[in-house]
Amino acid sequence: MEIVTYTTVETFVNHLPEVTWVGSLIKAVLILAVISAIAGFGTFIERKVLAFMQRRLGPMHVGPYGLLQLAADGIKLFTKEDIVPQNANKLIFMIAPAITAATAFIALSAVPVFPDFTIPKFIPVLGGTFVPSIASDLNIGILFVLGMMAAGLYGPLLAGMSQANKWGIIGAARTAIQFLSYEVVTGLSILAPIMLVGSLSFVDFNNAQAGGIGSWLIWQQPVAFVLFLIAGFAETNRTPFDLLEHEAEVVSGYATEYSGMRWGMFFIGEYANMITISVIAAIVFLGGYSEGGLGWLTIILKVGFFFFLMLWVRAAWPHVRPDQLMWLCWKVLMPIAVINVVITGIVMMV
Amino acid sequence: MGLEQFKNRNVGTQNYKMLDLGETPTSGMDKFKQVVQRTFKVELFIGLWVTLREMINALLRGQMHTVKYPFEKLPISPRYRAIHDMLRLLESGHYRCIGCGLCEKICISNCITMNTRYDENQRKEVSEYTINFGRCIFCGYCAEVCPELAIVHGPRYETASEQRASFSLFEDMLTPIDQLNLQKEYDGFGAVTPNADDNIKQTPLAY
Ligand code: SF4
Ligand code: SF4
Repeated sequence: MEIVTYTTVETFVNHLPEVTWVGSLIKAVLILAVISAIAGFGTFIERKVLAFMQRRLGPMHVGPYGLLQLAADGIKLFTKEDIVPQNANKLIFMIAPAITAATAFIALSAVPVFPDFTIPKFIPVLGGTFVPSIASDLNIGILFVLGMMAAGLYGPLLAGMSQANKWGIIGAARTAIQFLSYEVVTGLSILAPIMLVGSLSFVDFNNAQAGGIGSWLIWQQPVAFVLFLIAGFAETNRTPFDLLEHEAEVVSGYATEYSGMRWGMFFIGEYANMITISVIAAIVFLGGYSEGGLGWLTIILKVGFFFFLMLWVRAAWPHVRPDQLMWLCWKVLMPIAVINVVITGIVMMV
Repeated sequence: MGLEQFKNRNVGTQNYKMLDLGETPTSGMDKFKQVVQRTFKVELFIGLWVTLREMINALLRGQMHTVKYPFEKLPISPRYRAIHDMLRLLESGHYRCIGCGLCEKICISNCITMNTRYDENQRKEVSEYTINFGRCIFCGYCAEVCPELAIVHGPRYETASEQRASFSLFEDMLTPIDQLNLQKEYDGFGAVTPNADDNIKQTPLAY
């Protein structure tokens, strides 16, 4: 098997216009605006999709088809009283939601959300500026993103421990369990594609699969894809691994004592993480935005599919117990991931 | 279907279908086999398909279940026991109640209060009739006992109001005279059965 040659990628990159700080800034603003909007919109989509799957209508009354429900929720979240419980560790309690939201967006800074483009010349001031696909194309992109998302779990962990509430403590404990379980699988499962592409940069991943559907890494690494998806669900606290705040068991877990905008920050962080995982899965396994010209559309479709899959799974499957999650990750997924890496290595050497 | 099945309380003798849950694995190897089986039997995807199918049913085949309640209402059974109605005679428009007082007597929560007197034709007239809906338990006895089918239960189930008194007076429950043509016979307790004509017998007079 041929390792994707670095030289081709490098020449490809060298042909691109220069990345200026203005371009990066535009991209950063773009990501922040688009993703916050999508994260908000995602809550609407989630409610609608879950409702449809249970043959309900979902939010209907605020605005056409309930579209303005978002605004109503936003107003409610912003105007709610910001309560800090009496015995809570006030500083940590107040910082924790910011950790979740901030890390989620920091992670997105190294993820290519849309293809690169150049702002047309006729637009004043910014015309001709080249906007890169990634706000900052780190050469260790994947590592950085996964690390940031892992750091994001400090949010629930600290929130649960600081709020002087037993449900919060249980939620925090479950965060630790979850963190210990999936992190190994995420890393190991994505290691095999990394070995194949020979780079940690998302742009390299994207360019390596530029040869159409046939060159998507999912065909070479189906096992890694499934493992990554499972770990991704655990990473974003989605059903079947939504142990952290499962209402039926621990009231609301780490978020029990939160209200108003602090709670909203957890929410936005969770949805931003869902988008990040969707984008990573789309770029690493499904060819990213590599289709020339239509890249922006295909990446939206791919990310949309993964987003829908998360909602779909939530509607269909029950969730697992914390011990089952540990069992699954350590005794089943991790060995499979290791074997996958070893086999990939052998095939590459031969 | 008869009622025998429902009256039989001996669990296990009815026509219940027992789920075949199989054996719970005990040894490590069996557990492993179960995991492998469950992984490759694509059971999980059947679950996914079911939810997707329901979504398609709901969106494309018009099988959405939501009733937008205050704007849409489901039909209720004619036997539903909500706020009472007082019916009128269809021919004369006079109220049906003859002031016999049976409903007042039978009411188990003592919430019907009535007064009667003789009018100028020496006919009994209801001078006062109230139901205290703060006490009424909507048992339906009054409707069942009424010999004239005068007091019946209506379909008005949205009983929230600022004052209990607002629908407890005789005049409030009485069919408005201009809506007499809309008055419906009641099918619930005490109503004439559909086969009432067949059940009519000659009064045995021969002692
Ligand atoms: S429904 Fe029952 S409780 Fe209510 S008025 Fe009639 S007899 Fe009394
Ligand atoms: S039982 Fe019927 S007829 Fe007799 S007083 Fe009550 S409502 Fe009138």
